[in-house]
Amino acid sequence: MKRRDFLKLAGAISLAGCATPTPSKARVVVVGGGFGGATAAKYIRLWDPSIDVVLIERETSFTSCPISNLVLAGYSSMQDISHGYDGLRRHGVQVVQDEAVAVDVARKTVRLARGGDVAYERLIVSPGIDFMFGEVQGYEPAMQSGAVLHAWKAGPQTVALRRQLEQMRDGGVYVLSIPLAPYRCPPGPYERMSMVAAYFKQAKPRSKVLVLDANPDVTSKGGLFKAAWKDLYGGVIEYRGGAKVVAVAPGSVRTEFETVRGDVLNVVPPHRAGDIAAKSGLITTNNRWCDVDWRSMESKAVKGVHVLGDATLSAPGMPKSGSMANNHAKIAAAAVVELLNGRTPAPPKIINTCYSFVSQKEAIRVSSVHEWDGKTLTPVKGAGGVSAARSEAEASFAWNWAKTIWTDSLA
Amino acid sequence: MRIPLLAAALAASSFAAAAQDMTVARGLAAGCAICHGTQGKVAPGAPLIALAGLPRDYIATQMRAFRDGKRPATVMHQIAKGYTDAQIDAMAAWYAAQPR
Repeated sequence: MKRRDFLKLAGAISLAGCATPTPSKARVVVVGGGFGGATAAKYIRLWDPSIDVVLIERETSFTSCPISNLVLAGYSSMQDISHGYDGLRRHGVQVVQDEAVAVDVARKTVRLARGGDVAYERLIVSPGIDFMFGEVQGYEPAMQSGAVLHAWKAGPQTVALRRQLEQMRDGGVYVLSIPLAPYRCPPGPYERMSMVAAYFKQAKPRSKVLVLDANPDVTSKGGLFKAAWKDLYGGVIEYRGGAKVVAVAPGSVRTEFETVRGDVLNVVPPHRAGDIAAKSGLITTNNRWCDVDWRSMESKAVKGVHVLGDATLSAPGMPKSGSMANNHAKIAAAAVVELLNGRTPAPPKIINTCYSFVSQKEAIRVSSVHEWDGKTLTPVKGAGGVSAARSEAEASFAWNWAKTIWTDSLA
Repeated sequence: MRIPLLAAALAASSFAAAAQDMTVARGLAAGCAICHGTQGKVAPGAPLIALAGLPRDYIATQMRAFRDGKRPATVMHQIAKGYTDAQIDAMAAWYAAQPR
């Protein structure tokens, strides 16, 4: 079926409602094809093929943030981290390449940028993050001229940052600025600085990595990261905690205390739930995050709408990670399937596992198990922890995790 | 008439309960899929054994060995501590029932 025909069909159903004969039990619409949305679409079809699933995603393929730091070092490629949506189509998911621009929660329809509405019985919104550029003075013009990058959504900015690192003179300074937590992927910035340091050590040994962290100290796997920096990258990395970047200009960034010069500026601004969450009235907390009922991922603001992934107001001890978005999706998929079949969803229990590379061949890990405690999801006491030490074995499991979660989410 | 009806009702309710149990186990087991693959199937050459179709008792015994520190691991000793005996048995039964 051509896309245009599908939209006509979608329009017809949304207008005619139950007058249109339909063999399916119900239609679930999923907005966003990242780790959360893709997994939700797949698992609903796996667990109840009589439910129609429509996935609305503006890109033609998925680009993974996990492993993108290895692309910056030249240890992996954009091809490795890019995955199409044909795997979801094979599960019977209708993938619509378009942008969801509005949700009418009263009519239960999603408006598409190219025109047309898609009606839903239940809606799953997995919008990821958008950036609060206004928090860093001068950011947007500097980004538009290429003078500063975030590369905190894998894609064109990943390619641009790799190119800037390749073109930088030996003896140059790469500046990475980390926003205050909560942000996407707590260990991600520390993996990134390790990967850039590994690249410099090998290709531009007189160069420096300067890290300005708005947080007082390393927010994830601190002992393991610091040991790797000391052992592997002495003289390359300088880490400053409690250094919040408030302004950027070509060639320099300004913290609350000083102006710092750099050749490559990688400033990650603070973020919030993606735009469509804000436009749909799903943001509940600090104008940034979406609070949910963790038994079903249903929004606390809008009934019948489930929110997944980095956009959620994180439960205690829960990171914003790909593993968590994938697991949120399974909570939502189970709840949607049970509710549409007139049953009550079981209390969830999920696992987080995040690997970080500290060199081309060695990685470290943090894990936790989260269960329903009657109010929210909390880490199970006594379970979880970090790697005993960095190792090649953990790097092998890290690659297995990446390849497996890409398949589990998208194929 | 009464007895067969009662038996049928009991059979139906135990069937429904078993289906409900498998739905709960399926939800628990889905958390493992980020490393162990959808429905316990791994890619060729993966450094992990496929859980799909392994004997139920073997999976349950190994999970308890990880939990109790009797089998060395990089991560499973930390994960296994997050689950009760009943949850371990439920997940083991579910993985054992998956086609290889």
